[in-house]
Formats: sequence, structure tokens, C-alpha cells
Amino acid sequence: MADAADPGLARDATPAPPRREELVGPGHDFASVTEKISSIVLQRRTPWGWFVGFAIAFALLQGMLLAVGYLLFVGIGVWGVTIPIGWGMDIINFVWWIGIGHAGTLISAILLLLRQGWRTSINRFAEAMTLFAVACAAFYPVFHTGRPWLAYWLFPYPNTMGLWPNFRSPLIWDVFAVSTYGTVSLLFWFVGLVPDLATLRDRARSKPWKILYGILAMGWRGSARHWHNYDTAYLLLAGLATPLVVSVHTVVSFDFAIGIIPGWHATIFPPYFVAGAIYAGFAMVLTIAIPLRKFYALEDFITMRHLENMAKVMLATGLIVAYGYMMEAFMAWYSADTYERFAIWNRMTGPYWKMYWALILCNVVAPNTLWVKNLRTSVPYLFFMSLVVSVGMWLERFVIIVTSLHRDFLPSSWGIYRGTFFDWSAFIGTLGLFSTLLFLFVRFLPAISIFEMRTILPGAEVEEEHP
Amino acid sequence: MSPEEKGVGERIRSARAKSLRGRAYWKSLEELAGDPVVEEMLRREFPEQASVLDDPRGRREFLTLMGASLALAGLAGCTRQPEERIVPYVKTPEDAVPGRPLFFATAVLDGGYAKGVLVESHLGRPTKIEGNPDHPASLGATDARGQAELLQLYDPDRAQTLTYLGEIRPWGSFLASMKSALDAQRPRRGSGMRLLTETVTSPTLAAQIKAFLADFPSAKWHQWEPAGRDAARAGAVLAFGQPVETSYRLDAADVILCLDADFVSEGPANLRCIREFTSRRKLEGGKKEMNRLYAVECTPTLAGALADHRLPLRPSELEDFARAVAAGVGAAVDAGAAFGPGSPHGAWAATLVKDLLAHAGSSVVIPGEHQPPAVHALAHAANAKLGGVGRTVIYTAPVEASPVDQLASLRELASDMDGGAVSLLVILGGNPVFTAPADLDFAAKLDKVPLRVHLGLHAEETAERCHWQIPQAHSLETWSDARAFDGTVTLVQPLIDPLYPSAKSAHEVLAAFSSRPERSGYDLLREHWSAQALGADFEKAWRRALHDGTVAGLPAPASMTPGVRAGDWAHPPDRPRAAGLEVAFRPDPTVHDGRYADNGWLQELPKPLTKLTWDNAALMGPETGRGLGVSIERDSLGSHTDVVEIRLGGRSLRAPAWIVPGHPEGSITLHFGYGRRRAGRVGTGVGFDAYALRTGDGRWWAAGAEARKTGERYRMACTQDHWSMEGRHLVRAASLGEYDERPAFAKEMGEVPPRSLTLYPSYRYEGHAWAMSIDLNSCVGCNACMAACQAENNVPVVGKDQVGRGREMHWIRIDRYYEGDPAKPETLETYHQPVPCMQCENAPCEVVCPVAATVHSDEGLNDQVYNRCVGTRYCSNNCPYKVRRFNFFLYQDWDTPTFKLMRNPDVTVRSRGVMEKCTYCVQRINRARIDARNEGRPLRDGGIKTACQQACPGEAIVFGDLNDPQSRVSRLKAEPRDYALLAELNTRPRTTYLAAVRNPNPEMPRG
Repeated sequence: MADAADPGLARDATPAPPRREELVGPGHDFASVTEKISSIVLQRRTPWGWFVGFAIAFALLQGMLLAVGYLLFVGIGVWGVTIPIGWGMDIINFVWWIGIGHAGTLISAILLLLRQGWRTSINRFAEAMTLFAVACAAFYPVFHTGRPWLAYWLFPYPNTMGLWPNFRSPLIWDVFAVSTYGTVSLLFWFVGLVPDLATLRDRARSKPWKILYGILAMGWRGSARHWHNYDTAYLLLAGLATPLVVSVHTVVSFDFAIGIIPGWHATIFPPYFVAGAIYAGFAMVLTIAIPLRKFYALEDFITMRHLENMAKVMLATGLIVAYGYMMEAFMAWYSADTYERFAIWNRMTGPYWKMYWALILCNVVAPNTLWVKNLRTSVPYLFFMSLVVSVGMWLERFVIIVTSLHRDFLPSSWGIYRGTFFDWSAFIGTLGLFSTLLFLFVRFLPAISIFEMRTILPGAEVEEEHP
Repeated sequence: MSPEEKGVGERIRSARAKSLRGRAYWKSLEELAGDPVVEEMLRREFPEQASVLDDPRGRREFLTLMGASLALAGLAGCTRQPEERIVPYVKTPEDAVPGRPLFFATAVLDGGYAKGVLVESHLGRPTKIEGNPDHPASLGATDARGQAELLQLYDPDRAQTLTYLGEIRPWGSFLASMKSALDAQRPRRGSGMRLLTETVTSPTLAAQIKAFLADFPSAKWHQWEPAGRDAARAGAVLAFGQPVETSYRLDAADVILCLDADFVSEGPANLRCIREFTSRRKLEGGKKEMNRLYAVECTPTLAGALADHRLPLRPSELEDFARAVAAGVGAAVDAGAAFGPGSPHGAWAATLVKDLLAHAGSSVVIPGEHQPPAVHALAHAANAKLGGVGRTVIYTAPVEASPVDQLASLRELASDMDGGAVSLLVILGGNPVFTAPADLDFAAKLDKVPLRVHLGLHAEETAERCHWQIPQAHSLETWSDARAFDGTVTLVQPLIDPLYPSAKSAHEVLAAFSSRPERSGYDLLREHWSAQALGADFEKAWRRALHDGTVAGLPAPASMTPGVRAGDWAHPPDRPRAAGLEVAFRPDPTVHDGRYADNGWLQELPKPLTKLTWDNAALMGPETGRGLGVSIERDSLGSHTDVVEIRLGGRSLRAPAWIVPGHPEGSITLHFGYGRRRAGRVGTGVGFDAYALRTGDGRWWAAGAEARKTGERYRMACTQDHWSMEGRHLVRAASLGEYDERPAFAKEMGEVPPRSLTLYPSYRYEGHAWAMSIDLNSCVGCNACMAACQAENNVPVVGKDQVGRGREMHWIRIDRYYEGDPAKPETLETYHQPVPCMQCENAPCEVVCPVAATVHSDEGLNDQVYNRCVGTRYCSNNCPYKVRRFNFFLYQDWDTPTFKLMRNPDVTVRSRGVMEKCTYCVQRINRARIDARNEGRPLRDGGIKTACQQACPGEAIVFGDLNDPQSRVSRLKAEPRDYALLAELNTRPRTTYLAAVRNPNPEMPRG
């Protein structure tokens, strides 16, 4: 994609109207963009569909609270985990959610640094999605422990016991990686929101909302100095967040790669996990973007070009993931290690063969349909694909975690895992938490960055003065 | 001392005096201190150690309870609740040091026979049973059931009160009732009175019964032991014309043939047999000689799993085989044609016979206790010809007080009851309503007896049908005596006062039928033994006997060399071979004849070969299973199998089927002891009742059964459903020839990464370096280590559902693998591998724990810090041996009061959400360390025994210090057979194995 044709943040582009039109629908000016996006929050009546959706999401969340309450009361045994499968849906879902969270940072940070203007209309809710996904993910490491009330021992805080956590454990690295990621993502998101919060403050009609948005806007007045500082801060945060895109899932993959269990102990895990995370993340962005643009008539802002670009990213990362699977199988064979060979063979033909081949279907076969432009630009197909990819990535984690653990070294200790009612209610509950937060976000904050959208309008182009 | 305290002290002294009835039976302070009754009383009186803090009840209720326990402690006749004050010992009994256990010698009974034990007592609470090294039937080891006797004592579902028709009655009321019954019987010379006991070896009880029968000459004494040794008795009568006690000296035997005899699991001398057998399998110091074991069996047993050659036969074929062997070694019997030359197993039998003859004088044929008398007679004849009598086979006078045919005895009782001849039946132990043969209809006949008295540990099926139910005092609560297989007498002494004050021993109940019903068990025992010639000074001999656990100075039972008499047994019976399936009945490997059904430890102990828990099953070979359409599927909740309906002689039974490789085809094994209807919270309704098909004549096997699949599925909890090692070198084994050629074959089967393969310097273990060596050649798979570990380490019982989900908590498990082709059962080899924590030097679990809850000690122990554990289970995931156990729920019972008494105070009781695992019994290491430090000496090799090691009858487990090059464990690890499990992972386990070596006969035809 030609940078020169992209106005983006750089504001140094030469006019290239046709391409620009792909990013914003025709006929928009500053006022209409601001009006359209802010009205979702401020003026338009909340559609009944929002209430229905929110009610469902909130009900699921309540279900999770009940299930977790029961878990806290009687113990982790209500889940399907057992010996030898010490981790099950808890860690599957943790990794799945963390993976989903990756698209946000990627879009916010890396695409910003790479000056990909098309990120503008999707970065806000992708970042929000990241935060919510991290919140869902964070639920699991806490509640999957036998004694969740002591989970804070994983933090290196000064204590009377005089004990540090074990810094050799990948779980401690996880704590740092995920908490850093969550913090930076929150800051990034919030900093990006400040100018828009000021817009909402200025446009809000009722006093309480004015005050609330006013507090959140932190005195933004839009002065040149503000903009200057803003740009610097945003770029700096983007720079900070960029390594996190790679590091978080690398560290998460260490949970497995550091272990000695066949099927876990592989050096390919970090890149392959990162690619998988981006893959899953873009799928989730699509899953949210497609209904969002439909219900709020935002097709002008989230155009087919956005969808197609995301499909291309999915295709690319999907191929990396497929390469990962191939290499896993190849290395197992090439290592000539009994246990490694058995682990892969057991994945393909053992009790969980259905899961494995469903995973191959979802993550290897299905994304290749995106080579076809007609499919890549079909909104229903993309929505369907986004769900397929989400399922596929969930299966991937299932296959990695469960099939590796359930038959490891000693056949005497083999077992079978299956998620219980409480596993599923916790998982569905986190879906509820995620969608509840999303619904609230869409209702109370601008889902698309108003000021950034204005920068890519034709009217934002400034003729450079050549002295 | 305040007046109140003095008052208490006075009361104790008077109470003590009262309970001792004026007999000053302790002569010294030592004895006073050592007496557990006194100790227990003192402990209760001065509840300094009573766990006030643990007790959820308030102080007020605590005081009430203390009052109750004072009454328990022997203040007979004191109905007014005494005032209690919590005071420390005014004067500490000597030797009673809080935190330091004392050991008392006593015995537990197995089928009526004594197995000597030493019981660990913590301030009056028995907490652990160990074998008594000085006892001939124990030699320091125990079996799983012996270990589980402890839980039997503390079983909260034990009968707790004396009841008449379900109403609580005082002992006096029982005595009055019996007195009127006796008065009615006296003119009839007791002709309406019947006594039913289990097998009795107790000299005192026998004397009491004799006295009773002298008082009432027309009364009758019957015996019934459902898993009894009738066949052995009858076989001896067939062969010799008299009952004879047969025992084997396996240490003297070079070639052993087991005719369906499981010397590992059954019989009164099984522990000794294991010790003697494995003593000939230890290949330390370059030894290259082993005994050879042939097993011909109708159901896979542990002895068969040990065998160098194993031949599965249907029950109907075994007698023919025995005949062929007996004839082959030269006994005057008809050989028959079934195993002659040209028959399918003819070559097998001929090779075996040749081997037996080649080792004449040091070979032995052992008939199974469940085989018909003819097989016993044939074995006796074979042994006589092989010249083993007096060397490998020892005949002595019977140990039982009255060696009768128990089946005939029970049948006689049943017909007397049916005929209305019985007006008073006293059942001293046992559960005949549940265990009597199905064709006897015992329960209905029992109901015809006007007055029925039952003494039982539990208020079970028989108690339900009796007027009087007397709670039986457990053998750890009573004075008694019993004899071992070789006649050795052990005095059974109580470790604690009966937990339930109305509990009585058989002696005390029987005393009620004498002129002096008030005598206590202690009085009766002393009375009996003071009349025996125990030496010049009875007191000294008595104390010595209590201390040693065996009574010295008694004449040993006469050794005999009876001649074999000819008889019908020498010829094949002229009976048509029944069509259809054959059914073999066996006592369950864990709950035995059903008496341990309420014992959670034994219920959860995996059956040695099937690894099933909490259930019995209809065991069958793969081919038979296929024929019936049985399929077994494993899912996350357990193993699901088909329920089959078995019809036999007009009776039918539905039971889950289970496939066992090596089971003879065309035959089904049913283990009885399950399906209890009244067995407390743990045992009621668990499994199916195989007694329903077991008739008097078909007690051990029956032919002509039909089986069909019902379509119903059943969930079983199996701890190891995978048979094969998947070609991995987990258990490493070779034949003796291969071992001779390449002694280090086990090391060659795996690759050990070099120690230099790291950037870091090796950690130097300066002090001790604890390590364990497990000899797979000596492990017989008997499960004693598992039960011992459970008792020692407060390992909880989790129940069938949780076991099915894979959440059993055993710290040591025994992996069982099969090698060979299940379709050719003669080629099948079975291996056992005990797996405790390997205590890796490079422990994968330690690295991954985020909170450092599992850390390495400077002695090489992999310590688990329960109170630091948050329960991520990462350590378990990363453990290649999967020896870590997680408390998914609160598995420990924190509320049941008796369990609080039972637990080992030296071991933490874990809460939910934490990981646990084998510690190498670190509490024992520390105790030995403290002792050594106090005595100013270094730790002695062998001074520390882990619980599994101590229980092991085969002495397969050796623990010690690797830094001491002279220690036994160091020497064993220097053996060429030493190998580490999964050493290729560079975990550097401290627990290593000595590879198994089998001794197959090179002449034996293969396949």
C-alpha cells in the first residue's frame, strides 16, 4: 500500500481521492463525521436492539458470577481439570482471550508506526476490545488456582514472609507480561480518547454528562500545544506498545514451551503463538466491526477496504500458523523422539482426533478461501470466516494443552479431559463480560475516533506552502 | 497443687485401681508408663494434648465431652458427670513424651490367623500399624489389609451401642437376658444353644468355648469363614487321613509350581512367603541364581504376575493338570489325557515336570486354597515324590482350635435352625447372613431362631436380623490372643480403650455364658495364660510376651511327615464336562470377604491387576469379552463398560464386565465381598454381590453358566486402564540368560544425558543425599506400600466419582504393564512398578512453580510447601512421572472426631486447593535426625525407613543416604541393573529402579 497515497496522521500526502474514498464514504465533511459518530453516544435514542443485546450479555455475566461463586465455595474440582490434565478450559480460554487482545495493539501501535491510515476507523474499538479481552483473560489465572484468595502471591510485593515469587516460572513472566500489556493498552486507549472526550464534553446537553466527560477530557482544549504534546505522547506509547505485541504472546507461549511435556516443549512456539494471536485478534475485530457498522450505519467509515485489509492480515497470519502446525509435525518426526512423535500422532489419531482435524479445517483450510477476492469482499462470508477463525484458535489451544497433557510419558497416568458445566458457564460468562463491556463502550464512548476520522477527510488536506 | 487438682489425682488413682480390680498388674513405672490403657486414661483425664484448638466445638461442650470420655476411660459405675478441669500432667508418666510415639506389639487377624504387628501410639492414640520383625508371619512387613485395620478401628460407622431390637440397652440388661436363656437351657444341657464363630486360633477363646461346651454338652459350636481354607483341610484329610497345617519354605525352593495358588495375597503366611520368595530373586553383588516360578491359574493373580511361566486354565481343567503333574513326577495317580503328549499344553506340562524333577528336593507344588481337595491331595502326593517334605513343605499339627469342615458345620447349623432345634444362637463375629452360600437360605432360617445374639464391629446384615447386637471391640481395643500359621501365639493387647464404651470382645461376650460373666478380657486372658507353663516367673514371661509380640516357651507344633494314602482322588472323576461358561469365585483383593467394605482406604486401593477401585467386576479374557460384545470406553468420568447378566444354577446376577489380559477364556471370575446392603456410609450398595451366585458346592468355581450383555452401561473408576508400555522402556526386564550376558542391559536400554550438559555447576550435596532404590524383581505388586503411605501421610480418600475423574490422591502408586500378546496368554508378562515421587535433582516441577511452593532441600528432597501453594497445578503438568496429587476439593474430613484421633500428628493435614506428593516420609527423616543429634551419633544406615519400605513384604524398597558409599542404597545403585525412569529427560531422579530379571526355562516351548 502506497504511503504516499495515504494521508493518515502524517498529513504529508499528495491527493489521491479514489483511494481515500475507500476509507471514508463519499460526501462527508468535518461536521458530518463529528455529528454522525458523537450522535450515537449523545443524541440518538438508544436502539431497542442495544437493550436486548445488553440484557443478554449481562445475563450471561450474572451466570458467570454464580458459577464462579460456586467454584469459590467448593473448589476448583467443579471444573474438568484433573491429573494429568492440570490445565483445561481455564488456560485454553486464557490464551484464547489474550490472543484476541492482540489485534488492538497491533492496529493501534504497529499500523500507526507503519502509517497505515486504514487503521483509523477501527483502532478505537479494536483497542477497547483488547482491554476487554485482557480483562476476560485475567479472570482465568486468578480463578484457576486452587486458592484464588492467595493468587496475589504471584506479585513481587514486599511481604512479612520475606518471599519473592519464583522468577524462573513462566507464570511469573505471564504476570508481568499481561499486566504490562493491560496497563499500556489502557493508557494508549485513554490517551487516544482524550480529544474525543473533549468533543463529547462540548456537545453533551445534560450537565452531568458534561461534567463527566469534562473530567475525563482532562482539560483538553485543542490548542496547538495540546496537539503537539498529544502527538508525541501517542507516538511514544505506540513505540512502547509495539514490542508488547510480540512479547505478550511470546511469554504466554513460554508457559508451554518451557515445560518438558511433549507437544509443549518446542522452540517454534513464540512466533507461532504471536501469529496465531494476530490471526485471532483480527477475526474478533471483524466479528465486532461487521455488526457494528450495520447497526449504526457506519458503512461510510468502516468500508469494504477495511474489511478486506483485515481479511488479508488474517490470510497472512493464518498461513504462518499453518506453517507452525507443519513444523510441529515435522520436528516431531525429525527429532526421532518417541514421546514427541507419539504426541503428534496421538493428536491426529488419538481420542481427540476430531478436535485436531477440525482445527486444521478452521485454521489451515478455511483461511485459504480468502485468496479469492469475491469471498474476501463478501461481508457475510467475512463474518462467517471470523467466527470460524475464532473457533479454530480455540481448538488450537485445546489441542495444544489437552492433547499434550492427557497422554504424556507414562501410559499408566494417561487420562481424558472434558470441560464440565462450570467450565462452560465460566467461558460463556467471560463472553458475557466481554460483550457487556462492549455494549457499554459503544453506548457511552465514541466507537470510532472522531478526530482521527476528520484527519483523513479530503478537507483535512492542507496545501503545503512552498516557500 | 490445689485441692481440686489433688481431687482429680485421687480420682484417677482410685479409678485406675477400680478398673484394674485390685490387681497390681504393673510392677514398675516403666510398665505403668508403657501401658496404653493407663496412658489413654491419663491423656483423657489431663487433656493437655487434647486438640482444643482444632475442635470446632465450644469450650463448654468440650468439657461435656471430656466428662463423657472420662466415663469412657474406665470410671465404671460413675453416672454423675464429674467436674473437670483442664490441667497438665501432675506427674508425667515415664516415656510418655508428647510428640514421641511408643510402639506396642500385638497382632491383627487375617482369616483368624495372627499376623504380628507393632502399633505406633501417639499419647494413647494408635496411628500406624507396622509389621513386627520378630513375628514369623510378619517379619516386619504388613499387607494392605493389615494397614487398613487402623481405619477399621476408627471407622465412624462402627456399631457404637449395645442394642436389643434396635433400642439401646445396658450391658446388665443383656446379661440378665442371657441368664434367663441359660437357665432355660441348663436342664436341656444346652441342646438349643449354638455358637457360630469365624475360624478360631485364639487359645483363650478356644478354652472358653471348650468350657462352655463342657457346661452345656449338648450345645454346638459352628464355624464359618467365607474365604476359609476348607479345601486345604479336606485335601489333607484325603491325602493323609488327618488334618494337617501345610506351610512352605520358599527360600529353600528352586522351582515352584503354583496350582492356582496366590501365595502373595492369600493365606496366613503370605507375608512370609513373599519374603522367602523374593529372597531368591535378589541379584545383588553379582548373584546370578534365581528360583523359578511356574503358575497355572484360573484367574490372574499376583503370583501369576510374578511367574516366569504362566499358564491360564479354566477351573475345570486345573485338576487334570495337577493330576498330570503328580503323575509326571511319579506319584501313583492316573495321569489322564488332557495334558498328555500331543495335547495343546502337553509340552508345557512336560517341560515343567522335567524341571520339577531336575530339582527334586528343592522343588515344591503349591495348591491353591480355592482348589478342590483333590488338587491338594495331588499336590501333597507330588511333593512327597519330589522329596520336598521337611525342606520346602512343612507339615504341622493344625493351628486352628477346631479344624472342621466349615461348610458342613454351617449346613448343620442351618438345618438345625430350620428344624427349630435352635433356641439361642450366638454369632461371635462374622456376617453369615451376607456370606453364607446362596443355596443355604441362611437368613430365612436364622429368623426361626427365637433368640439371636450378634457380636460385630458393624451393625451389618446379620445384626439387622438379630435381637441383640453387641458392638465388637476392635483388636486394637481389646485383650486377646491368636496364633500364627506356624502356631506362634501372640498376645493381642489394646492400644486404646474401646472408642465406644459398650464395645465387647468375643471373650467378654462368651464370659456372659459362664458362671462368672463379669470377667474382663484382660482377666480372662491372664487367667488362661497363668495356667499355662510359661516358665518359672509368669509375670516376667507375660511382660516379655507383651513386649516381643510372641509368647516364648510354648512347645512348637509338632512337625509331621504323614504318608500319602491312596484314594479316589488319584483317579479322574467320572463327571461330564459341563457346557457353558465357568465361573470362579474369589475373595476380593481389597475388601476381602466383605468385612472391609466400609473401609475407604481399601475401597480406594486399586485392585492389584485390574486397577479398579470402589467396585468389583465380572473379570474375563479378551476373547470371552469380545464374544459377549463387551466394550470398555474411557471418558473424563471414568471407564464405561457393559453390564452382563450371568445365570448360574437358576440364579442370576448383573455385573459390569471387565477385560483382563491373561484371564482364561471361557471363564469368568467373580470377586465376592461387594454389594453389601448394610456397610455404613462407605460400603453400602457398592459393587455387586457375588455371594448371590455362590453355592456351597460351587464355592470356588461352578460350570454351566450363561452370560449375556444387557445393554446397560456402567461406570467404573479405574486408575490405570492402559495395558501397554507403548514400546517405551519404563519397566526394563530381561531373562536371566540375557542378564548374565549383559548385566547392564537396563542401562543400555536408555540414554542418560551427560552431567556436563549444562552451563551451571552441579549442586554439591554436602550432608545427606536421600535416595531410594526399588527392586522390580522383588516387587510383587501387593499394594502394601500404598496402604502404608496412606496411613502414614494422612492421605485422604476421595470416593469413586473423583477416582473416576482421575483425582485419586495416593502418593505412591503401582503401575502395572503387560508385555506380550493377549491373544496368546502364555506369552503374557505382567510387570509392576511402584512410582513414588522421584525426588529429581533437576526437578521440572520446581522451575515452574510461580510462588516457589515446591523447592529443593540441601539433602536433595523435593519439598512441597503446602501453605505456600496457591494451586496453579503447573508443577503437576510438568512432572513427567505424574506423581503429584491435587486437592481439587476439601478431600480431608475435618469434622469426623475419630479421624482426628487417627491421623499422624507429624504430617500436615492438607486443605483444598494445594498440591501434595510423596515426601520420602520427611517426618521420619527428621525424627531420626533429632534422635541421632540427641544421642550425639551420626544417622545410621537403615535407621530411617519410609512407610512404603517398612511395609514392603518383598523388601523391594530401600531408602538411604547416597553420600554414604557404604549405605545399602548406594550399593544397590551401583548394581548394573540400576536405571532411572525417564532418565533421558535429564531429571536425575533420586528414586531409581533395579531392572526385573525373569528366569524362564530355556526348554519351555515358546508361543
